[in-house]
Amino acid sequence: MGGAGGAIETMELTRMQTEETSDQAKIRELDAFIQSLGLDGRDAAGRRAVLIQILHRAQGLFGWLPEEVQKHISAKLDLHVSEVYGVVSFYHFFKTKPSGRHVIDFCTGTACFVRGIGKVIEQVEAQTGTKLGETSGDGRFTLGSLRCVGACSLAPVLQVDGKTYGRVTPEQVEAILAEYK
Amino acid sequence: MTKLATGVAFAEFADAVKAAEATAPKTRIFVGMSTCGVASGAGPVYDAIAAELAASGNPAIEVVRAGCVGLCYAEPTVEVQVPGRPVVTLGGVTPARGRELVKELAVAAEPAKPLSVGDAIFKKQLRIALRNCGRIDPEKIEDYIRNGGYVQLAKILDGMKPEEVIATVKASGLRGRGGAGFTTGLKWEYARAAAAAPKYIVCNADEGDPGAFMDRSVLEGDPHSVLEAMTVAGYAIGARYGYIYCRAEYPLAVKRLEVAIAQSRALGLLGENILGSGFAFDLEIKLGAGAFVCGEETALIHSIEGKRGEPTVKPPFPAESGLWGKSTTVNNVETLACIQPILEKGAAWFKAIGTPKCAGTKVFALAGDVKNVGLAEVPMGTTIREVLEEIGGGSRDGRPLKAVQTGGPSGGCIPAEKFDTPIEYDTLGALGSIMGSGGLIVMGQKTSMVKIAHYYMEFSCDESCGKCTPCRVGNRRLYEILERILAGKGKPEDLPKLEELGNVIKDTALCGLGQTSPNPVLSTLRWFRSEYEDCIKNGGVKPPVYTVNDKCIGCRACAKACPVQCIEGALKKKHVIDQSKCIHCGACETKCRFGAIDSE
Repeated sequence: MGGAGGAIETMELTRMQTEETSDQAKIRELDAFIQSLGLDGRDAAGRRAVLIQILHRAQGLFGWLPEEVQKHISAKLDLHVSEVYGVVSFYHFFKTKPSGRHVIDFCTGTACFVRGIGKVIEQVEAQTGTKLGETSGDGRFTLGSLRCVGACSLAPVLQVDGKTYGRVTPEQVEAILAEYK
Repeated sequence: MTKLATGVAFAEFADAVKAAEATAPKTRIFVGMSTCGVASGAGPVYDAIAAELAASGNPAIEVVRAGCVGLCYAEPTVEVQVPGRPVVTLGGVTPARGRELVKELAVAAEPAKPLSVGDAIFKKQLRIALRNCGRIDPEKIEDYIRNGGYVQLAKILDGMKPEEVIATVKASGLRGRGGAGFTTGLKWEYARAAAAAPKYIVCNADEGDPGAFMDRSVLEGDPHSVLEAMTVAGYAIGARYGYIYCRAEYPLAVKRLEVAIAQSRALGLLGENILGSGFAFDLEIKLGAGAFVCGEETALIHSIEGKRGEPTVKPPFPAESGLWGKSTTVNNVETLACIQPILEKGAAWFKAIGTPKCAGTKVFALAGDVKNVGLAEVPMGTTIREVLEEIGGGSRDGRPLKAVQTGGPSGGCIPAEKFDTPIEYDTLGALGSIMGSGGLIVMGQKTSMVKIAHYYMEFSCDESCGKCTPCRVGNRRLYEILERILAGKGKPEDLPKLEELGNVIKDTALCGLGQTSPNPVLSTLRWFRSEYEDCIKNGGVKPPVYTVNDKCIGCRACAKACPVQCIEGALKKKHVIDQSKCIHCGACETKCRFGAIDSE
């Protein structure tokens, strides 16, 4: 009896350790990147100039910008954490919540609006049971929007994990979603 | 690549590139591989052509990964340039057609089945900013040099004075293509006059207007033209360093810029002591992070500094106090793309194109309810109608167009009765719109103007940085009034309220975003007031009414698609829609392949 419980605890512990090490590895990679920028001897303005670049890299590594990562960057750059958070919250591109396994971004530019992205969004929301800006309960999809990807000839456009689908009709939604488990 | 240490070494290099072409001219197959091309399947087409060429072992034919020629509606597009013959364009190319094409070119002088585009698409156009797009490999500096690239930079560094360069650009009459239309030469002159060092040159590649994609096309199709122009500008104003501020939404453009910068550095066209002239210039790319307001130059400067992209009051103008308080010149991508041709062909040549007040050409991005979606570069003074109907091919459903929206969220809607207006900065301003970056969103009869105004206000509310009250609160109130009108709760007195508030925001907002954000509301109120009045009278936007016309062949496709089974009629007999049951979803119209469903 105690043995089974112990096994589960061990598994849980291993899982946590793996997660921890993978996060640490990411932090190490981020630190190496910051190191490569050669910040030694730069004044606050000089360190601030690379903040957005570092946030891009951090989001590339973690998929989003957890509070701890923002604090870590603030310490590395010797900028107040409120300043780092101020920048993160200003730009749409930076995410402060983790995403689902797949990210669906709808283009909400004018051409897509005129060509009917609204009906496509409704259809995806209905089929995933998720609202725009949220992640589905099973963690499969996060629905987001982009301001014009500049592929207006393909309107209406959506992207799944960066892959662009053009001239999308509400009827095609089911087949597109089925590609992503 | 070896560094070219002197102007003479560059001239020899350029001559060698051209001589190679002259002794063994090649047939080139250009595959359009910008973002829309790739998304339409240009990758497999390129692979198929490359594999077929490798198998055939024909050294006289070369396949090129090119940028976009602007015929976006026909993607994937392939162009064939046989030496001494006009370029032939093919549209909707499949990998199989690509392989076939290679076999055809081995025996015939020209490919079969060219795309029939109608003469107007090309005859009305004059390509200056887009001159190389689709006709060179953007990842090969030799291709750019073969077409005259970097020759002007070498010439300038060989003894032209900065003042002479500025005088040429000023005399050409070139005005900023980002929207405001400030004279470029004058901007450079102010920066030259600023005493403080260091100075900076910034390329604004934060093309945020939804529906505008000409800057993306230049960056993806001809990145070196921007680099050469920035170096020239750096020499003219006395800057040694530049930044290209590019949207994060344009990963391919960023990649091609990175490749181009590395090549320029390797050849010694960027860096210390360029071509032995003693002039040093280098630049780096700064990524945006999805904030529309960063297209405004003071906001953009703050973003490069690593801050929140909030604008500041002008003056001081960036030429006086910009990046880190130093003199900074901000030029748009399309503006910079015009510099090399102006230097090569002369100010008088450029000045003679377009109209007396607006010299040169403008690139427009056609999108929305128009047949030929794509890019078109036309001389200033071309009428709206020529662009929409002769190049754009008119509406998709063949019915007359209703309006066109220019200038994105800062612009306005221009009604069809004004389509004969020649396009200039001032003429569009007089119609309550702006030139903006050149996005043209075409609207057919079905588009509700109230909904369009509502859409843009939502955009402006979302993108307002929140710094000044008129923009942060005023736009929100405009949006709420529009919400109310669309929900059927509008009152007649809402319309003068919208106008009054809109004008106050225009007069009092801090930056270009706020000062122009009410334009979509004000212009639709001016030209389409009756739609607002109908909306108030009818309790919201009337849903479209669908009817079946005589083109119906009785195939039952629409009846099967109808979610409420309200379409009746036997096979091969004209169908009828039961209006009492119809939920106005439009599924029948989407399904019908014969254009037999009308909507009003």
